[in-house]
Amino acid sequence: MIPPEFDYVAPTTLAEAVAALGEAGEDAKILAGGQSLIPVLRLRLAFPTTLVDLSRVPELRGVSEDADTLVIGAMTKHSDVVEDPLVQQHAPLLSEATATVADPAVRHRGTFGGALAHADPAGDLAAVALALDAELVAEGPGGRRTIPARDFFLDYLETSLSPDEILAAVRIPKLRGSWGVRYEKFNRVAQAWAIVGVAAAVRTEGGAIAEARIGLTNMGSTPVRPAAVEAALVGASDRAAVVAACAAVAEGLTPPSDLGAQADYRAHLARVLTARAVAHAAGMSS
Amino acid sequence: MTDQMDAGIVAQQIAEHPDALSKPYAGGELGRGRRRKEDAKLVTGQTNWTDNISLPGLLHMTVLRSPMAHAKIVSVDVSAALELPGVIAAYSGADLADVMGASMPCAWPVTPDMVSPVHTPLATDEVRYVGDGVAVVVARDRYAAADALEAIAVEYEQLPAVVDMEEALKPGAPLVHSDKGTNQCFLFDFPGAGADYAETVRGAGDDAVVVRRRFRQQRLLPTPMEPRGVVVAPIAAADEFTMWSTTQIPHVLRVMLALTTGIPEHKLRVVAPDVGGGFGAKLNVYAEEILALVVARKLGRPVKWTESRSENYQATTHGRDQIQDIEIAATKDGTLLGLKVELLADMGAYLQLITPGVPVLGAFMFPAIYKMPSYHFTCTGVFTTKTPTDAYRGAGRPEATYAIERIMDELAAELGRDPMELRRQNWITHEEFPYEMVAGLTYDSGNYEAATDKAEQMFDMAGLRREQAERRERKDPVQLGIGISTFTEMCGLAPSRVLGSLSYGAGGWESASVRMLPTGKVEVVSGATPHGQGHHTAWSQIVADSLGVPFEDVELVAGDTRSSPKGMDTYGSRSLVVGGVAIHKATGKVIEKAKRIAAHLLEASEDDLDFGKGTFSVKGSPEAKLTIQEVALATFAAHNLPDGMEPSLDSDYVYDPENFSYPHGTHLCAVDIDTETGFTKIRRYVCVDDVGKIVNPVIVEGQIHGGLAQGIAQALYEEAVYDAEGNLTTGSLVDYLVPAAPDLPHFDTGRTETPATSNPLGVKGVGEAGTIASTPAVINAVVDALRPYGVDDIDMPATPERVWRALQGSDEERATAGTVSYGGSSTGSTGGSASSDSLENDGSAR
Amino acid sequence: MRVRMKVDGVTYEDEVQPRTLLTHHLRDGLGRVGTPIGCDTSSCGACTVDIDGESVKSCSVLAVQADGSTITTIQGLSGAENGDSSTWHPVQKAFQEHHGLQCGYCTPGMIMATVDLLKRNPSPSEDEVRHGLEGNLCRCTGYQNIVKAVLSAASELRGEGPLPGSFQDAPENDTAQTPAAETAGAPA
Repeated sequence: MIPPEFDYVAPTTLAEAVAALGEAGEDAKILAGGQSLIPVLRLRLAFPTTLVDLSRVPELRGVSEDADTLVIGAMTKHSDVVEDPLVQQHAPLLSEATATVADPAVRHRGTFGGALAHADPAGDLAAVALALDAELVAEGPGGRRTIPARDFFLDYLETSLSPDEILAAVRIPKLRGSWGVRYEKFNRVAQAWAIVGVAAAVRTEGGAIAEARIGLTNMGSTPVRPAAVEAALVGASDRAAVVAACAAVAEGLTPPSDLGAQADYRAHLARVLTARAVAHAAGMSS
Repeated sequence: MTDQMDAGIVAQQIAEHPDALSKPYAGGELGRGRRRKEDAKLVTGQTNWTDNISLPGLLHMTVLRSPMAHAKIVSVDVSAALELPGVIAAYSGADLADVMGASMPCAWPVTPDMVSPVHTPLATDEVRYVGDGVAVVVARDRYAAADALEAIAVEYEQLPAVVDMEEALKPGAPLVHSDKGTNQCFLFDFPGAGADYAETVRGAGDDAVVVRRRFRQQRLLPTPMEPRGVVVAPIAAADEFTMWSTTQIPHVLRVMLALTTGIPEHKLRVVAPDVGGGFGAKLNVYAEEILALVVARKLGRPVKWTESRSENYQATTHGRDQIQDIEIAATKDGTLLGLKVELLADMGAYLQLITPGVPVLGAFMFPAIYKMPSYHFTCTGVFTTKTPTDAYRGAGRPEATYAIERIMDELAAELGRDPMELRRQNWITHEEFPYEMVAGLTYDSGNYEAATDKAEQMFDMAGLRREQAERRERKDPVQLGIGISTFTEMCGLAPSRVLGSLSYGAGGWESASVRMLPTGKVEVVSGATPHGQGHHTAWSQIVADSLGVPFEDVELVAGDTRSSPKGMDTYGSRSLVVGGVAIHKATGKVIEKAKRIAAHLLEASEDDLDFGKGTFSVKGSPEAKLTIQEVALATFAAHNLPDGMEPSLDSDYVYDPENFSYPHGTHLCAVDIDTETGFTKIRRYVCVDDVGKIVNPVIVEGQIHGGLAQGIAQALYEEAVYDAEGNLTTGSLVDYLVPAAPDLPHFDTGRTETPATSNPLGVKGVGEAGTIASTPAVINAVVDALRPYGVDDIDMPATPERVWRALQGSDEERATAGTVSYGGSSTGSTGGSASSDSLENDGSAR
Repeated sequence: MRVRMKVDGVTYEDEVQPRTLLTHHLRDGLGRVGTPIGCDTSSCGACTVDIDGESVKSCSVLAVQADGSTITTIQGLSGAENGDSSTWHPVQKAFQEHHGLQCGYCTPGMIMATVDLLKRNPSPSEDEVRHGLEGNLCRCTGYQNIVKAVLSAASELRGEGPLPGSFQDAPENDTAQTPAAETAGAPA
């Protein structure tokens, strides 16, 4: 199928991009990698007046670091995130999860920032950003602001970015200490979206879990951070304890019932997969 | 020498270009794994897909489709579309009513009283499924044509959707075709060729064990990788047309277009260029083909229509969609007494080319490879407000094979028998062929023992059973299941008189012509139209072997009604078993003619000539010989032929087989099921297929692989889901899960070769075997893994969620795929003697 | 808008709409019809091409986004476009030698995805091949022969020569018998 007509601008600096977005008005859309947006346009599910293409803004690409934080440009492609040595070193959970996004050709175009700003709760990376306490850096006409991941995802396909703001970068605190990570993605065929995904980062001390961070994919209208389970996992030193602590992971959640699965099955999967992810991350795989 | 003088100037020129001359035939063509002639253009992108065709002034057509499952069309206003730049024309159904023909064809009226609704290429009064065409736009380019659809205003008055087959048959149900007074399309009742089922079971008294199940054949989307498309080029002044279409059936299409539109058949040329897969979904006469034709005729300009994938899922026929109530009866020692099958088959909103025939074809396959004295089959066709169903790889036979192979496992469980042992007890042994089946067919040959023995050996059945016992013993969270499918099928639907007795609208023959060119090269013309099967390669091998010419010297002409004017095209695994045999027979006629001329030139009697490896030689004087190429050249010159001899070796043959062919095989599947998540992973898949004599083993193996992938996809992945309003919720490849490489296992394939006795090549057909056999093998494995948990059936696809629910003992399992309820839960197994209930029902069904 | 791109070695400059999909620009604008379209959701991979050294689904890229790019399609992969099989890329050869295609509609995308995969992972395992091609659907082959073809091409590209192919250059004998088959025999 064929996209509807729209105007197109390709700014070359972030400042120009913010200005272009402002000029284009409220029915404009930002074009990042386009791997979700272009199919949506082809199916004529959206009718933007203007696309502001960020792919020619070099300052939005690439991975850098400061003392405690990894800074990933919003337009960094998935394939570059996967291969980036800084990400592998300081946020291996992100490398692992990104490698499961779609397929190689899509990962060559799709971007980290685009995936987060799209805010599909079935997307893999939002749960990772949440689990890693990422901060999202937004640039707008009023300047720059930093939004914690927990405040960023508001609802299905809805974020706290205002229409005139552009996601510029994602700041991820480096993991320090003996962390293990795991992204458990459950889908019916390799290419499909996750029915449920679990991102887990676990720090162990003396064979027991000292700290656990978990993000859940597709267990609600936003990615979910099950804080009570994270707390309950502290001190767990074997698989049985992990399984017991994870039993409550779906409590209070309202996962969707859709073509992919019914809510109760998602809740069950979340329990099983969280236990698996945590146990694996903690080196307690049976 | 007079021979050389006869050849004259041509011989001289050939002498200067020795490459133009044929090399001697080396032999061994049949059964040899030849590289495919088709591949060069396909791997380099030099293909001629329909959408690649461009013509000066080509216009693009798009179709506005109904967003509602069922509605009255109050008005269609195309005026705003006509105002848009680049738009040449826009038509509603009413605008084209006088040119688009009365109704699209259904060629298989399965009963004399079948309800056959009018089906126009564009709806004029009511729309009856989401995707039903309402209007067309023709514009300068595809973008303008897409935009213009948005400018067409249609006012609908919504009518109730009819989604569930059982609900549709209830009194007072909303009607898909209100003028017909019923949603029942037909009731086909086939009491078999044996004894009465009910009486047979009753006669066995307390010794009878009856098992019943309800199986659901979910709706599938065939998904050839190339969506459909059509290009029509008119010569307006002459009222002549060339159509290129992504079709499996250019010949049938031409006839049907003529009958539908009134354009004389000889003014229509239909071409199937390179076609990217069909699987039955391109075995039809489609609305867009007729629309492109009549619009091109109206405008006097060439028109192209190209389908998008999402359009393909709405507007191209779907497959399967049956509810199967099946009952099997045996004596306590496991000897089969009979089989009773009651089908509900979803036609969708209209009857396409062979929509009603697909489930009815299954009538002949349910008894499969088993001996039984009684059989009764009924099938009720039902209209719903969904995309029409039609052939999809296997067409009626996978459904039947699934049901019989599943219920054999359930009978084995009921009797406490090993499922393979029960099959062995009841199948036809190889000494018993030819065997007349209870369904009326006569199987010519087969050796189920040999295929099964080989498969079990390759599979390590004993070792896997041991491991299964251990896993069960230690309550391993990953359980192992083993599934069996010992199947047969029927290919090459023929002979024509049998198809006539089944009310099928066409014959089962195929046509071939073999033309010897002056330089000894050969053109073979076939009426079977290729779309991925490797005909160019396999037909070259058959011709090379018969005529004794090099493989490289043979070229196939096919897929164009101008150059291959006669044909029945490609479907139902018929190409080799009908079309290939036709070619073989045509080459025989060439050799006969050549022999007469060779005898004349060698001054010998025909009876004294031997023919082998392309050479005629005189018995007793081997130095007196002529190659068939030399005879071809001499025939071209025609200076010295026998008196009255036509100067041509070219020969035609139209072959009408004497019987179907019956490939068979044994498929074995081992699955690992993660009982915590319900995820099924195929761990080992072994199949031994017997497709008779082999022309090209590499192509045969490829056909098996592809068939397996589609059969496994039905078992585990694919399902077309409609919601209660009749919307297809799996409307794109995002939601309709076609497996990719990581989702399928490695296949271990083997072969036995029991030649068919019904044709001179001994071949049987291979296109559908893998699809037909594999679905029950996988599901039997899944159920086998779950049986210790009290599970005795699972719906397809066996999604992780369905497996998990089955393990929870939950009934919700059956209502999880969307909001469609297929009605009721499956009937449980009933041990002991047959219930009188069942028998009474059986009686009343007649 | 004006876009300039080098496609299969030729530089083209054309006027396109902002919404023109790269795949339509290649096919309708430039006549490079070797790259087919199989879906509208970037699921099937039939339209895969190489843009600036990376495999990309050309149906999910706007032509304007490819402005300034160098693109290789299936038609530009071999050394010559005249069909001379001696110039084929090893991946093209391997797909024929291992019967990795039937109808051939997915083949251009499958081959382009394979070329990219082997560039990044010259020695993939079978499992890595299967996952590396997860974005490309084939409906004919069941993937087994595609996997074989990819492993063979990998071996050839590593300089270790192709894996033994499935086809037989020399005739075996004059009967229809093949080695893998076992004659079960019909009853006399």
